[in-house]
Amino acid sequence: MVSLLDIIGPVMVGPSSSHTAGACRIGLFARGLLGAQPEKAKVELHGSFARTGVGHGTDRAIAGGLLGFQPDDERLRESLAHAEKAGLKIEFSNVKLRGDHHPNTTRITVEGKGDSAVLVGSSLGAGRILITSLNGFPVEITGGYPTVVFVAHDEPGVVARVAHLFAQEKDNIATMRVARRGRGGDAIHIYELDEAPSRAAVEAIRAMPAARMVRAIDRVA
Amino acid sequence: MYDSLGDLVARAEREGISLGELGFRIEAEQGPRTRDEVVASLQRALDVMRGAIERGHKGDLRSVSGLVGGDAAKLRSPKGPLKNTVFTDVLAGALAVQEVNAAMGVIVAAPTAGGAGVLPGVLLGIGGRENLPDDELVRGLACAGLVGAVVAIRASLSGAEGGCQAETGAAAGMAAAAGVEILGGTPAQAAHAVALTMQGTLGLICDPLGGLVEVPCVYRNATGGAMALAGIEMALAGVEFPIPVDEVIDTMGEIGRNMDVRFRETAGGGLAQTPTGKKLAKDRLVQLKSRRS
Repeated sequence: MVSLLDIIGPVMVGPSSSHTAGACRIGLFARGLLGAQPEKAKVELHGSFARTGVGHGTDRAIAGGLLGFQPDDERLRESLAHAEKAGLKIEFSNVKLRGDHHPNTTRITVEGKGDSAVLVGSSLGAGRILITSLNGFPVEITGGYPTVVFVAHDEPGVVARVAHLFAQEKDNIATMRVARRGRGGDAIHIYELDEAPSRAAVEAIRAMPAARMVRAIDRVA
Repeated sequence: MYDSLGDLVARAEREGISLGELGFRIEAEQGPRTRDEVVASLQRALDVMRGAIERGHKGDLRSVSGLVGGDAAKLRSPKGPLKNTVFTDVLAGALAVQEVNAAMGVIVAAPTAGGAGVLPGVLLGIGGRENLPDDELVRGLACAGLVGAVVAIRASLSGAEGGCQAETGAAAGMAAAAGVEILGGTPAQAAHAVALTMQGTLGLICDPLGGLVEVPCVYRNATGGAMALAGIEMALAGVEFPIPVDEVIDTMGEIGRNMDVRFRETAGGGLAQTPTGKKLAKDRLVQLKSRRS
């Protein structure tokens, strides 16, 4: 459903809704996935991001996102200096990712607080993004909702339990997806919610015996 | 909701309201935002647009690559036959916003960042000359958004899909409707203004030097504003374009789908591939790369 406000907006730092605003949102999602301020990041730029990214500030936009800056934050322009001050070391490189990818794609690996995470995200135009891979699992996340990423041992009853925990706290699930690399290993669950999840639900999910990792990521788009 | 501008005009006439007012009604009907929330968002957009024009008029900005900047300020002291009219205000406003955009300043994508100068240039150019209050300008934004939504559904708003006719061309059509709206024209006149404007931008290719939103994008926002003024002036005088506006929009989409990929934001053709275009892009990109490493 198209809204007027999709057309008159977003308010953003220029110059490109795809190469700047969208890139910032992918950086924000990577920060959310790590669940902490990253200390180190490896940013690999693919396709048009590699070819024209520097001139569009794609590198600064992603760095800004990693620092938690929104697409309309004027600090994006100087985000590489802000990153240095914040103790965030970022290494940029141009790559050709294997497989089929949108021309505006980046793979971001973040490290911090003894943890690490990696995602592949594409900027589809007009600031819209799609995260296509999280820690090696294939996913499809738009960042348009508060998102809970949950990695758990693949066994019966996990989805039902999570749904129950959300229901108990009256957190409404808008969409959900489960994917796995193979049977009996780990599965990734993506829950997109109408509102940010309650802390109690997230903590209860984290306490499940099957749980490997859980993150509640703010809406980025 | 937004699949036909012709249908929207008919509904606005039935309900005795303007297209901008209809935009507010439709948003409130389809949710999730209330009318007040939509008005507040558009007021913020208007404030950001105004701020960008002011910022750009100072004339001290350079784009990330250094290729553009400082031209909006030149239009503050125009010399030509239309000096000190709404025409030069529109050119200056459109250039200003686009220079701010190219320098990584804050703008409103309307409908995109690459076409973000046209609508504020036209809306605030006319609003300033006519001393119009903000609530009327916000209604103009709603009217522009409604037109843009129809273009998004029927054709495209992406230079990579449809060339520049889908970015500054669509923005000019949106701005033309907004101009008619705030000057008190009828919904039918607004639709004719869109058709009269967009027939003039059909076929416009997207050929940015080095793939950057700088040259010719900055200047094309100014000429897009001029095209919108032409559409507004003709429509308010009672000129009616013989082809219905929805068919003009469909034509833009069809041309875009058939446009060679070299002319769709890839820098593979047009001005980007002129000898000077190639040289400027190469020089600037080399400089940028060395700055990062």
